[in-house]
Amino acid sequence: MTTVLETIGLEKKFGGIVATNNVTLNVKRGARHALIGPNGAGKTTLINLLTGMLRPTSGHILLDGQDITRTTAFRRVKLGITRTFQINQLFADLTPLETIGLAVSERVGAGAHWWRLAGSRPELVDEVVSLLERFGLAGAMDERTAILPYGKQRLLEIAVAVASKPRVLLLDEPAAGVPEEDRDVILDIVAALPADVTVLLIEHDMDVVFRFADRITVLVNGAVFADGEPPAIAADAKVRAVYLGDEPNG
Amino acid sequence: MSSPARALPQVSARFANRARWHPLEYAFWLCALASFFVMPGWHLILTEIAILALFALSLDLILGYAGIISLGHAAFFGFGAYVAGLLAKHGIITEPLLALLVAGFATMMLGFVTSFLVLRGSDLTRIMVTLGVALMLREVANRYAWLTGGADGLQGVEVQPLLGIFRFDMFGHTAYAYSLGTLFVLFALARRIVHSPFGISLQAIKANPLRAAAIGIPVNSRLIAIYAVAAFYAGIAGAMLTQTTAFASLAVFDFDRSADLLLVLIIGGTGYLYGGPIGAIIFKVMQDYLSGLTPQYWPFWIGMLLVVIVLVGRERISSWTAPIRMLAARLSLRGKPAAEVRRA
Repeated sequence: MTTVLETIGLEKKFGGIVATNNVTLNVKRGARHALIGPNGAGKTTLINLLTGMLRPTSGHILLDGQDITRTTAFRRVKLGITRTFQINQLFADLTPLETIGLAVSERVGAGAHWWRLAGSRPELVDEVVSLLERFGLAGAMDERTAILPYGKQRLLEIAVAVASKPRVLLLDEPAAGVPEEDRDVILDIVAALPADVTVLLIEHDMDVVFRFADRITVLVNGAVFADGEPPAIAADAKVRAVYLGDEPNG
Repeated sequence: MSSPARALPQVSARFANRARWHPLEYAFWLCALASFFVMPGWHLILTEIAILALFALSLDLILGYAGIISLGHAAFFGFGAYVAGLLAKHGIITEPLLALLVAGFATMMLGFVTSFLVLRGSDLTRIMVTLGVALMLREVANRYAWLTGGADGLQGVEVQPLLGIFRFDMFGHTAYAYSLGTLFVLFALARRIVHSPFGISLQAIKANPLRAAAIGIPVNSRLIAIYAVAAFYAGIAGAMLTQTTAFASLAVFDFDRSADLLLVLIIGGTGYLYGGPIGAIIFKVMQDYLSGLTPQYWPFWIGMLLVVIVLVGRERISSWTAPIRMLAARLSLRGKPAAEVRRA
């Protein structure tokens, strides 16, 4: 499998604190790659670096071998890297319909069209509506996002990322705080993503990680602690000592 | 995909419905049109109202939609006013409508250049930067008196007949038709813009710039674009003031003008386009009425109104009119399925 996303010696310092320490990561095309580690291990910081929300202190990020270290956040989305957020980042006063519509419009390059009424292109509306249905949001498409129940907001959080049709999707604890019944919906949707979409997943639930991932990277204190296929990680004595606990898991 | 196909016409219709002119809007503009025929004695103050409404509409585009606060919007108003004055005075472009457009586009360039100063920073930063730009422009106009007339104002502006036909009369008949017509055209354009994908992306940026970037919206270029458009609107408003009064003075740049503008927009409510026109009517009528009652102390009442509005609106002063608008939306949705009404 070819590498789609790669970091070389990536480092991020906040003052004296090293949040990301010499991370060299290699994500293969179509991988289901999990990023795990204790709280404060620098997982979200790494996502922020990969998506351009933060600039690294040093090191490089490559997408398909092309250096994107200095590329702005919105351009990376156009290049095919999209993320979700651990804490919902939505547009409170917009509806799910508008939110997804924006992401689709941007993807097809219609986002700056000021002369056209939103919703006037049937093929785009069609796509937006089918996405909303896939995520179980069709019934709430005209509600203000702010008044949606948390589970629905969480689904929208992921739907709007999927609407960008990313080649690489970074999911930051997609099921965090979601009630049990919605949790499965979210995980099913993640599992059903097309095989050629590369997924990098941050998740604390080890059952989910070992069910889902074909590769696992363990971060500890901002550095790569271990990296390998799930059975190898599960069997790694060091990983079990610092993170998984001593009980066998997965 | 059978079910989306079923939902599709319905959803498209809903988008179209939202962009459609509401009966209350027809009523508003018919009243405006009627005022021309019914209130000929009031054309001078109505012209002032139309110009203020356009100026406030300009601020609404950046504040109500993109979330950029400005306390120096008079910079653009004043710039447009002087450009129009100079064009007329030196006979460069004598036809008022064409000169108006040129003044608007010149101001748009100024808006483009200064937009880079408001891209980043908090509301406080933006207030200070916009305030600073307006102060600087005022003093530039003051300093280069050979061009602008300095503190004496721009004398000797002669405005030629509109389209070469309609002379600007002392009763303001031509002026009011001109300013009302311009206001309507630019309002309709603004309405189109805010219902476009571009317009909705501005609201997304206002709500959450971080996420906007994360779905691929180029936040900075969108803000630059709307700031330049708002400058165009403000420049047109300023140019109309010069053309309808045949005079421009440093007062066009005054801080008071920027501050009053914010007041007008808060009174009218932001983010639904009518806040500017409605605020302008309330503000000017109150000013006219109160200054008749108490010539010296009338701003007291404006101040009190502001305090009341802010207290009523609490943390969302921008939309104290929301209940009224919700009522209007509810009325317009009568007869539609309950699910849609619920949303309104």
